[in-house]
Amino acid sequence: MEKKSFISRLKERRGAIGGGSKATPLKVRENTGYKVFLVFNAIIMGLVAVATLYPFLYLVSQSFSSSTALTEGHTGIIPKGFNIDTYKTVLTQGDFLNYYKNTIIYAIVGTLASLITSSILAYPLSKKNLKVTRILTPFIIFTMYFGGGLIPNYVLVIRLGLKNTMGAFILPMMISTYYVLLMKSFFAGTPKDLEEAGELDGLSKFGVFWRIALPLSKPIMATMTLFYAVMYWNNWYQAFLYLRKEKWPVAYYLQTIIRGSAAAGDQDQQKVASNVRSCSMVLTVLPIILVYPFIQKYYVQGMMLGGVKE
Amino acid sequence: MSSKNKEWQPAKKSNFKRHIGQYWQIYLMLVIPVVYYVIFRYIPMFGNIIAFRRYRAGASIFGSEWSGLKYFKQFIGDKSFWRAFKNTLTLNITYLLFRFPLTLIFALLINEIRNIHWKKFVQTVSYLPHFISMVIVCGMIKELVSAGGPINSLLASIGVAKVTFLSVPKWFPAIFTISGVWQSMGWGTILYLAAMANINPSLYEAAAVDGAGHFQRVWHITIPSILPTITTLLILDIGGLVGSGGAFEKVFLLYNPMIYDSADIVSTYVYRMGIGSGNYSYATAVGLFEGLINLTLLTIANFTSRKLTDSSLF
Repeated sequence: MEKKSFISRLKERRGAIGGGSKATPLKVRENTGYKVFLVFNAIIMGLVAVATLYPFLYLVSQSFSSSTALTEGHTGIIPKGFNIDTYKTVLTQGDFLNYYKNTIIYAIVGTLASLITSSILAYPLSKKNLKVTRILTPFIIFTMYFGGGLIPNYVLVIRLGLKNTMGAFILPMMISTYYVLLMKSFFAGTPKDLEEAGELDGLSKFGVFWRIALPLSKPIMATMTLFYAVMYWNNWYQAFLYLRKEKWPVAYYLQTIIRGSAAAGDQDQQKVASNVRSCSMVLTVLPIILVYPFIQKYYVQGMMLGGVKE
Repeated sequence: MSSKNKEWQPAKKSNFKRHIGQYWQIYLMLVIPVVYYVIFRYIPMFGNIIAFRRYRAGASIFGSEWSGLKYFKQFIGDKSFWRAFKNTLTLNITYLLFRFPLTLIFALLINEIRNIHWKKFVQTVSYLPHFISMVIVCGMIKELVSAGGPINSLLASIGVAKVTFLSVPKWFPAIFTISGVWQSMGWGTILYLAAMANINPSLYEAAAVDGAGHFQRVWHITIPSILPTITTLLILDIGGLVGSGGAFEKVFLLYNPMIYDSADIVSTYVYRMGIGSGNYSYATAVGLFEGLINLTLLTIANFTSRKLTDSSLF
């Protein structure tokens, strides 16, 4: 009963969020006021969408514009003096690809490490009959509200000898308590009878987790893969604190060229470099923009799960 | 645990053994994550003790010798600390005052979209900024407000002189708030939309039969139905007002000495004092002070939320 309502609740929500507006019964006759509202609403939503996309379009336009056009002060969202020379330069000269490669490695290794450690923590926590969860849940939740702060964390990483290693980049943020709690809520919805059937078939407790709970948890695992991968992809801070130049991820490299050009001062000089900056930023956000819409239904579901209090 | 075992004491030990025999693999799974939490979450937490001890570079992470409240007295008398504290509150409150109502209104408006594809498009687009690195967000801000950027060329076209937005203290709260709303408004609607999707459609039908117009239905059904979500989110946001964790990256990437007056917040101050100038104990004391206020506020917020709406975080 409980279980069924959980799953059907999810399905209902997915349907409703995905589009079907159940909330609006079609039978009702609409008055003029409402029709006017609908028009205004469409306009407002359109403006919000444009405002959200504008900075991206601006970067794209800058990255395809010629240096001359930018020096003359071109600020439109349609490229002027269209060319792909900037992309050629960024991709062939300098170390951009090297930093990009670092980011890909960190994102893959980090995401795998995060997924494994988070799921082997979240699964036991989802078992209410396991007494240790009563201590463990507060033990991990407390860290969301109070922690070491900047300096103790910094000192710890240095003292562990992690400076200038991949560990310094990945370990400090490897397990996100918030994500663990999202996973826990999802695992708690795994049908009990399936797990019991698995045990009767001779699966060990770990076997049940590996062969039954995990395969049933593809939506949350997809969500977590996206969230963790984005977290590593975007991170610059650990690199800034602990890594030397050759190990920088592209996000921190971007930060150095953004800061560098701002420091350069001279306006024309800055404008010429602007297409290089824009191009590097476009190349860095591109993978995220290409991926996130396709797993939207999963992460929307995952986020809603977090909103369900038990 | 107790009720069963009280009745049958002698079996306690074998119960325990059977429990371990049955669940040892699960306990084994927990070893790595628990060790992780001890090392990377709890050791730094206890590392806060260097706020009360003198820390020498290269010495134990728990400091060298006791110094009592020396560092606390130091920062309490420091004007720069209070400036950072004030800025943290100002920026957080301004941001909350704009973000909170705008997110709610945006969610209500999305909920009114009737074309499924259009609705999906608006949602997808509005989630995008949530996934973008702060480095890129701040890079965009710098491009947009730069001397030759679109905002200044717009100003120039209406005859207004160029503004160096990131060098004048009074502009920082606006830049911080507007970019924050841009980043979070779409993502923030997810929980509201979930709550709205959970409203029983028969309520709307009944109201329609009773002659309630569309806006009346929103006002009398939608809003009351999502009120618990609104209250919970608001209380928790208020609980986080002193924390500067979320703001650190943006401020750090955007600020410069010219605008410290309005931009320097506690966590950036901690960074400069600690890692910048090497006053580890002093910076830890400041960080700990903020952390404790934050913890207190969150606890109060959580308690209030539980009393009022029956939902809480812990």
